[in-house]
Amino acid sequence: MSVTRETVAKIASLARIRMDEPELDRMVPELNAILDWVEQLGEVDTSGVEPMTAVIANTLRLRDDVVDADPLTGGGIREKVLANAPAAEHGFFGVPKVIE
Amino acid sequence: MTDLTDLGVKAIRDGVASGEFSAREVAESFNANVAAAQGALNAFIVATPERALEAAEAVDAARAKGEVLGKMAGVPIGMKDLFATEGVQTTAASHILEGFVPEYESTVSANLWKAGAGMLGKLNLDQFAMGSSNETSYFGNVISPWRANDGGNAALAPGGSSGGSSAAVAARLCPAATGTDTGGSIRQPAAFVGITGIKPTYGRCSRWGVVAFASSLDQAGPMARDVADCAIMLEAMAGFDPKDSTSLDLPVPGWEAGLSDDLRGKKVGIPREYRMDGTDPEILASWDQGIAWLKDAGAEVVEVSLPHTRYALPAYYIIAPAEASSNLARYDGVRYGLRDLPQGAGLQDMYAATRAAGFGEEVKRRILIGTYVLSAGFYDAYYNQAQRVRALIARDFEQAFEQCDVILAPTTPTASFPLGDKVDDPLAMYLNDVFAVPASLAGLPAMSVPCGLNSQGLPLGLQVIGRAFDEQGVLNAGLAIERRAGFTAKPEKWW
Repeated sequence: MSVTRETVAKIASLARIRMDEPELDRMVPELNAILDWVEQLGEVDTSGVEPMTAVIANTLRLRDDVVDADPLTGGGIREKVLANAPAAEHGFFGVPKVIE
Repeated sequence: MTDLTDLGVKAIRDGVASGEFSAREVAESFNANVAAAQGALNAFIVATPERALEAAEAVDAARAKGEVLGKMAGVPIGMKDLFATEGVQTTAASHILEGFVPEYESTVSANLWKAGAGMLGKLNLDQFAMGSSNETSYFGNVISPWRANDGGNAALAPGGSSGGSSAAVAARLCPAATGTDTGGSIRQPAAFVGITGIKPTYGRCSRWGVVAFASSLDQAGPMARDVADCAIMLEAMAGFDPKDSTSLDLPVPGWEAGLSDDLRGKKVGIPREYRMDGTDPEILASWDQGIAWLKDAGAEVVEVSLPHTRYALPAYYIIAPAEASSNLARYDGVRYGLRDLPQGAGLQDMYAATRAAGFGEEVKRRILIGTYVLSAGFYDAYYNQAQRVRALIARDFEQAFEQCDVILAPTTPTASFPLGDKVDDPLAMYLNDVFAVPASLAGLPAMSVPCGLNSQGLPLGLQVIGRAFDEQGVLNAGLAIERRAGFTAKPEKWW
């Protein structure tokens, strides 16, 4: 399967990456070369094989349902959460206006 | 007095504990080497000499008070700039995270500081750990301290993605460094510069606070001068972490105490399918030599089959980008890092502009591949098929380990290559990890040990792959190779 320039533009927009025309032109053959190469996986007979979900068998742990149980990942650290924000005001992340 | 920067983890820890030298002297010596090499090797993105001194002084003070010292007490290390370090810039070698100063410490780095280690600085890497030659860093290439003996003096790749780590350890800028391995990023750079590195079983080291590339593959591990140093550092790094849901809830074995190169009663598997057409004859010769060494250590050698080997790399290049496209969605210019807000732009335009400006070429390429293989209509054909093939690759290993205890293979298909050689051909670059990727897909512990120099005077590595949770078996086979290889070569200082 090969991708066209339109497809790459669509993927780039889905991935939220702006790409200009020359960049798209460069990406098309590169993505096609990679996709052609991964096509060989189609040769493998995987009937009856479940897709891998966990690389090492492990059970999913659930933590106790306690608010702010962990001092590192719990709440009450708004200043820290906002510390690296490019724009923060009044204790919130700042973004361009989204509602007219 | 010996040059303290010639010492490894164990020698430093023991020397500090016995009072032969102080931790401060060690930190000062390495700080000086880091500063002197920076312009030539570019191994560090940020140097933190004051952090190394602070930790050393704490160890010296603890020793003076007669306190029990930690496993890594007095050992200054380099930290791959993929680990979040509180108060110190963490970039993953990207523009999008340039200037990001975490408010928290990764579990692995916190464990190391607790064990008495100090930080010399943050090491350069391939951007978001994507690359095999350390040429995708926003902060410039790392240059290998090695030079081929052909008189050309071409700048060589230190391997990727832990290329800053490998170069720094090989050039005596630090006795050891952290690495992370997604598809070979500890083992391949270790092999390129003649050092030792181990990727433990997936889940041994917490991923909390490690910038995520492909979550089902990423695993941290140590890179050091020898096997014993790796065992010591891995003990300090590993351990259960409730903050990482994939962390293994198992005790950390005493790997250092368990080291033995007596392999009597052990079986070493040689995978038939790794003898690929076109492999460098010098690599094949080093592999044969490794087989002879393990026999000498008492092991029995058996041929095993890993029939799906040739599909590991294409499966990896679907799975890893798929996970990366999801993990890297968080870099959108809102919460941290770069923001590019063109005049009059809305939220969506801001995302797209920020990500366009903040990600390098290889990262964009992989995000696009990942987005494509996960998109409606292609998900089954690409992503699910790759995960099925991955299950078969893991099954191959399970079946092989019914016949053997560890597997021996080359680490890389070639020795290091000049920077720039493969940079325009992503596929050629990807092929460098052909021997490393299968063990990553199966989550198995695997290490690279230097075994000699090729005819160009460049290091070659041998890879030992073990059963899940059997780091000890891997370390011991590595030790058997190390003792017999007697590898003492180091790069001639030109920087």
